[in-house]
Order: sequence, then structure tokens, then C-alpha cells
Amino acid sequence: MERTAPTLERLDDDRMIVNLGPSHPSTHGTLRIVLELEGEYVLSATPEIGYLHRGVEKLGESLSYAQFVPLTDRLNYCSSLMNNVGYAQAVEKLLDLKIPPRAELIRVLVSELARIGDHIVCVGINAVDIGAYTAFLYLFKERETLYDLFEMAAGQRMHTSFTRIGGLFRDLPEAFLPLLDQFLESMPRSIDEMERLLTRNPIWVDRTKGVGRISAEQAIGWGYTGPCLRSAGVAQDLRKAQPYLGYDTFDFDIPIGTCGDVYDRYLVRTEEMRQSLRIVEQCARRLREVSGPIIVDDYKVALPPKEKVYTRMESLIHHFKLVMHGMDMPVGEVYSATEAANGELGFYLVSDGAKSPYRIHVRPPCFPIFSSLNEQVKGRLIADVIAILGSMNVIAGELDR
Amino acid sequence: MIIERLESAMPGVVLDHHSFRGDCTVVVTTANLVQLGDVLFGEGFQQLLDVTAVDWYERDPRFDVVYHFLNLVSQERLRLKVQVRDGEAVPSLTGRFPSADWSEREVFDLFGIPFTGHPNLERLLLWKDFPGHPLRKDFPLDGGDAFCNGDTDTSYAGRACTLNP
Repeated sequence: MERTAPTLERLDDDRMIVNLGPSHPSTHGTLRIVLELEGEYVLSATPEIGYLHRGVEKLGESLSYAQFVPLTDRLNYCSSLMNNVGYAQAVEKLLDLKIPPRAELIRVLVSELARIGDHIVCVGINAVDIGAYTAFLYLFKERETLYDLFEMAAGQRMHTSFTRIGGLFRDLPEAFLPLLDQFLESMPRSIDEMERLLTRNPIWVDRTKGVGRISAEQAIGWGYTGPCLRSAGVAQDLRKAQPYLGYDTFDFDIPIGTCGDVYDRYLVRTEEMRQSLRIVEQCARRLREVSGPIIVDDYKVALPPKEKVYTRMESLIHHFKLVMHGMDMPVGEVYSATEAANGELGFYLVSDGAKSPYRIHVRPPCFPIFSSLNEQVKGRLIADVIAILGSMNVIAGELDR
Repeated sequence: MIIERLESAMPGVVLDHHSFRGDCTVVVTTANLVQLGDVLFGEGFQQLLDVTAVDWYERDPRFDVVYHFLNLVSQERLRLKVQVRDGEAVPSLTGRFPSADWSEREVFDLFGIPFTGHPNLERLLLWKDFPGHPLRKDFPLDGGDAFCNGDTDTSYAGRACTLNP
């Protein structure tokens, strides 16, 4: 069924400007879209962003490198662990630091769990916006377990601040792996349940297939990364293409779509959840074998353990020096990218050797994707705007920074 | 290497280049930026991931405009830099790379660097009447007079924040 805007001659002049947002239930945070409508058809869509702009990059210029970690939680708050990992990795690249194997493993584990959590939100909310509430409920039951896991690991459900420069804040507690095993057992069933509700559901297919179609060239040109790019048929995943954290030692596949529409994005995200589960399984197995420190043994970068700080003079001095004066940073600039749930999450750091970064820039994955909204929704029904917006997985926290 | 190919395609365009931690940076002239974008596109750097800027307020020229390109085939990354003075415009890359659209608007918004040939160069994150450009180093950390309506003076250096200027 081809749905494009009728020509002007066919309609009376009933153009209308409609404000979608800034606080609309389907706008995923505070973002506003000014829609120019003719009947139910969209003539143009002008996104207005910045409602959640906190000036994160400016704040970073007066914080030490370690102090910036909590601000990364608030970028993509649906998968804050991955932001923590991405940022820590950028600073470690600047320092030319190698983190211990167990820390790498736990970083992979929490990243993949966060990816599953992010996709649950994206797919679930996309379905809710279109009118399918049940899939959302089935998945959110699992998300609750995920957040319990995050809480066990980091002590916090949403704002985890789990990574430190050079490793992690702490090792996983003993109860973590048993609960993870439970999750690994129940999650595939929940994905199956969700797929039974959606994948061949005629209403879901009708609302998503062919909606928001984009070619590979267009997607690349618009700066698409992550599931939205892969659903357009480009097999680009930084975990495979530019492996970091030892992703090349894991066995997993990259799902790709064909036409980049909302349905393909849904299928890609669903399959990515299963692939992430595979990685998590391998991680859980290896974690039982790999032991060792979870942070580098270099007190010029990482704080010494508290027992030592209270009992040894050197450690006390190291602690004091690190907190008051920060790390010895080299002069230079790096761009470090990780594959976050939405796509390439990049951190561009410029150091002039001082305690705080001279410039810190975040490249949020949904920023370029959202900038193509007008191209995607022009000529379509207003209801399609909601479907497309949901599939883009725009997170205002990282969009506006 | 991409630097030699750039140099042979457009002699004199590369002013400087260096590599740090595996990141390749090329500093180029502003004048032929659009043409250079075409050359890079032809060389396979078809994705412009990001545009941003750095304010070196004591240096002349004051700003670095920084572009991050990705070659999806060879997975090479390239950082392109142009140096501009305050008020000097940079040619927009929106013609070849649609993803430059919002990124350039963001740089314009937060640094006040204009882009010539941009189809819709307006503030992106901040509102229209916002005075000044917050990511400049001389913008006051407390936000200055930004929240006091009616004052659109953009020179902020050395001025205290007062509610009644």
C-alpha cells in the first residue's frame, strides 16, 4: 500500500501546524517536533532540540577526568554502563593504558547487558507508541532483572558510574553470576514471547513495514550508525570492524536488514538481543575461569585500596595526589569510539596536560539519526512519525548533552 | 596513505599532519574544503561522523574546526582540521555529507563559527536570542547574563554576572 501526500489540487487548503512535544508521551524525553500537516499527511517536520541541554561538554572542561564518569551516566540513561565504558576507554587511549583481562571481561559483560536493556526499551516503547502494550510488559519483566544485576554490580540501577580510569569500581559480587544464569535462562523465552506477539502480527507489520525506508547510501550519508545503519543493509559493527575489549575473541553474528524500515530495525534489534545473550553466556563462562585484579596496579592512575591508604604513607600520598592533582596527562588528542546500543558512541578528548580535559566532545549516536527525521517522515501519515521516531531510539539525554 | 593521495590530488592543501595513539590528523587549508570533501568521498571516506571545534583562545587563528571521517570499507579513520580566526567562515560540507547539517549548526551555536553555504544556519541547542557562545573559553562558567532577558551583547570577557546590568 503506497501512502504518499496527495497533491495540493486534490485537497482544500487545510494546512495545519501541530506541535509534537516537548512533553508528549511518545517523544522519549523532552524533544519537540513542529509538524506541518495537510490533513493527516506530513508536509514537513522540524525537530527542535536542546530542551535537555545541560552543557555537559562545558562542565567537563572544569572537572577532572575521573569526575566526568558520572556525567556519562546521564547521556544515554537507558544504557549508562555502555557510556561509562566508552568514556573510560577514551581516557585509557589517551593514557595508552591496558586494563586487566578480568576488567575487560566484566566491561564486555555489562556492555552487552546494557545493550539488551536498551533494545528492550527501544522495541518495547516503539510497540507501546504504536498501540501494542503487552510486548512491552513481557520485556520489562526481564529489564527488572537486568536492573537488579546492575544494582548488584554498581550499587545503582540507572546512574551506574561503574568504570574507573584503568578498570572498574569493584568486582562483581558473589550473587551476581547465579542471578545472571537465571536471566540467561528466562530472557530467550521472553524474546520468543515478544516475537510471537509482534513479528507476524498483521497490525504491527502493517504499521511498520515500508515505514521509514532508507537506502544504504542515504543512511551512510546521514551519518547513521548502529542498528539503524545495519537494518539498511550495511554490516558495520565496531565490535567486529574495529574490535576493542577483546570482542574479536567472542563468537557472535551481526544481523543486518534489507530496506532500513521500522520493521527491519525491530528485527535487527531483536536479533541483536539474542546475539548479546550469546556474548553474555561466553562472558559468564570465562568469568568463572579468569580471576585477577579489576583495575590497573598503577597508583598514578587508579586510587590505591582503602586498607593501604589508611595504613601506608605512600598509599596515602598517592591517594592525595591523585584526588588533588589528577593524573599526569600527555598532551594530545584522541577520538575513541565504541559500539553503543544506538550506534557509534564517540568521545573526542583534547588534553593540554592539565588535570581536566581542554576539550571534551561527545558524539552521540542518535544525533545524526534524528537529524534526518524530516527526510524520513515527509509525505507520510502523522501516525508514521510516531513509529519512525520510536525506531530511531532518540534519547534526549545524549542528543542534547 | 591518505595524506599522500590528498597531497597529489590537491597540492598544497595539507598544511600539517601527525599521528597520535593511532589517530591520524591532517590540518588543511580552509579555502578548498568542499573540493577536499569530494576527494575524500572518492577515496572512500564516505561517512562524516562528527564535526566539532576547539577554542585555542590565545592562538591566532583562534579556532580548530575538527571533522571525523570514517572509511567503511577499510575501517580507516581520519581527523581533518581547519584553523579559522574569530568571525571567519568555513565552507559547509552539507552538499556532500548531509550529516554535516546539524553538526555544523551545533558548532555555530556553541562556538559562533559561521559556515558558508549551509542551508539553514541557525542555533541548534540554544534558543535564538541566547547571548554568546558557551563553548568559547571566555564564556563565563556561571552562564553569564544568558538568563537575563533583553541583553544581547555578546562580548563576555571579564564581565561579572549581574541581574541588573
